[in-house]
Amino acid sequence: MSLTTAHSVVAPSANSKRIAGAIIIAYALISIVPLLWIFATSFKTPPDSIAYPPKILFQPSLEGYCNLFTTRTRQTPEYINSLGPATSFCDETTRMRNMVIAGPSNFVPRFVNSLIIAFGSTFCAVFLGTLSAYGFSRFKVPLADDLLFFILSTRMMPPIAVAIPIYLMYRELGLSDTALGMILLYTAVNVSLAVWLLKGFIDEIPREYEEAAMIDGYTRLQAFWRTVLPQATTGIAATAIFCLIFAWNEYAFAALLTSGTAQTAPPFIPTIIGEGGQDWPAVAAGTTIFLVPILVFTILLRKQLLRGITFGAVRK
Amino acid sequence: MLNRTAENVARATPEPLARKVRGISDKGLAWLFISPTILLLLAINIFPLFWAIYLSFTNYRANRPNEVVKNLGFANYQRILGDQDIWIAMQTTAHFVFWTILLQTLIGFTLAWLIDRKFRGHAFWTTLILVPMMLSPAVVGNFWRFLYEPQIGLFAYAISFVSGIPPTNIQMLSNVSLAPWSIIIVDTWMWTPYVMLICLAGLRSIPEYIYEAAEVDRASNWRQFWSITLPMALPFIMLAVLFRGIENFKMFDMVNLLTGGGPGSTTEVASITLKRQAFESWRTGYSSAFAIILFVAVFGLANIYVKALNKVKQR
Repeated sequence: MSLTTAHSVVAPSANSKRIAGAIIIAYALISIVPLLWIFATSFKTPPDSIAYPPKILFQPSLEGYCNLFTTRTRQTPEYINSLGPATSFCDETTRMRNMVIAGPSNFVPRFVNSLIIAFGSTFCAVFLGTLSAYGFSRFKVPLADDLLFFILSTRMMPPIAVAIPIYLMYRELGLSDTALGMILLYTAVNVSLAVWLLKGFIDEIPREYEEAAMIDGYTRLQAFWRTVLPQATTGIAATAIFCLIFAWNEYAFAALLTSGTAQTAPPFIPTIIGEGGQDWPAVAAGTTIFLVPILVFTILLRKQLLRGITFGAVRK
Repeated sequence: MLNRTAENVARATPEPLARKVRGISDKGLAWLFISPTILLLLAINIFPLFWAIYLSFTNYRANRPNEVVKNLGFANYQRILGDQDIWIAMQTTAHFVFWTILLQTLIGFTLAWLIDRKFRGHAFWTTLILVPMMLSPAVVGNFWRFLYEPQIGLFAYAISFVSGIPPTNIQMLSNVSLAPWSIIIVDTWMWTPYVMLICLAGLRSIPEYIYEAAEVDRASNWRQFWSITLPMALPFIMLAVLFRGIENFKMFDMVNLLTGGGPGSTTEVASITLKRQAFESWRTGYSSAFAIILFVAVFGLANIYVKALNKVKQR
């Protein structure tokens, strides 16, 4: 294949490659500017963040991160002077703004909620999805196509439309604003993706492996456990990351169904406010911390990305 | 071969023994594996859907659970179809969906076409371009609000730098005619990579020999593009449009945080209207009816579209 391409009469000329490269690099750089800006803003002081013209060069500061993790109250200079020496960097910056740290903010608990709900729902969705995908891939299931379409169609509903009855149902069952409720809901949303993606991956594993194992005396279940699962590891890992990203990023359900103890980071971050408006460095700091795992996952997933975003419809 | 052997062995084994050996029959195992998923979806998706259908025929209000629920028949549906605000929301949604899909397809396909030249380092730059689509739409909407700030925001500053318009006049979020474009710009920024990735798969699926044959026939580059590249990539482009269409029809999170539907209701897409009706005015019955109408619309349009897509594929 590579030989024919190398000698192909239709290979793009060096010049056209150069122009294409220049345009793509320009697009990539421009499209990444908003992200770099948020990253930079997280290291600005509040006055620097709202300066005009916007400051590209600035003295980096961790004030945004301090403000993200703490709540502060305004005090008189006399009171602040009467306190002992500042114990930490954050203490010092806060006092310079005539404030003292009152306690930790809600960011850490919300972030932990996001972790619990994302990992919990991903585990359930991948577990259920693997079993179903194997079932659909290997057995003659009556009405298989209809069932698969049914599984997919649950994903077409607007989240707000689903949220209305879920809201009522959870209120009756006492699942409102609980991590369990959110895990169940995200599992239900993600399981459709998991089934479709994993069915594709399992379809690609030759049946002969299991059949050979079964001739060797394994039961179907053992054959599934010992031959199919190990070979589907890449697929399962990729599917898990996709589920994780969805649950991590989800906002609509989280905003409508959680308000306190089970609230996740996406509805929380926009509510970070300082004195006289949004505290942009703190918001940017929260956003940066929230986005870093996604960047790592995107890089890990780049080979499987296409498959994931098209529900396995396009496999390359 | 292996299959036949397995079957022969299976047939030769007496039934009671076979059951003991296999532990559980294939059919039983299939249902054991599939039913948990189906049950979960029935409980979390289908049961609520039927509940919503029931509510849509009533005047139920979630904030007054003790009030007597009256059956209204189709009155909610009738009122929605005659409601001016609902039609305006549908127009806003259509405007949003149309322009985002048009821009994303044009830019996304162009980018894919350029990346397909396989210049040096294309893999790295492609991954970099893909980053925005992996982010949380809500968090994205929130930080674009910062970029759009008329004076301190980077976007306004950059535009005024290029165009010379004073940055205080670039009120992306509070100007009635600019606000609908502010959400289109963010959505395009975020989702063009998605269309690009699918188009790229389409372009890479075209076998080299077709171009070689065209080259032998001395077809011009222009001609090759229109008679080979575009038609063969079309099913992929259509698939991307389908996925983006469904997603943007449901659009909620990014718009809710960027404009909240405002100023006034200029960016109030269908999902925002639904949220306002259901969770701010607490007209649960009425909003359930609207939810059902939206769901039927997405489902119906997607079905028609998939039929068209299959026709293109078969050609």
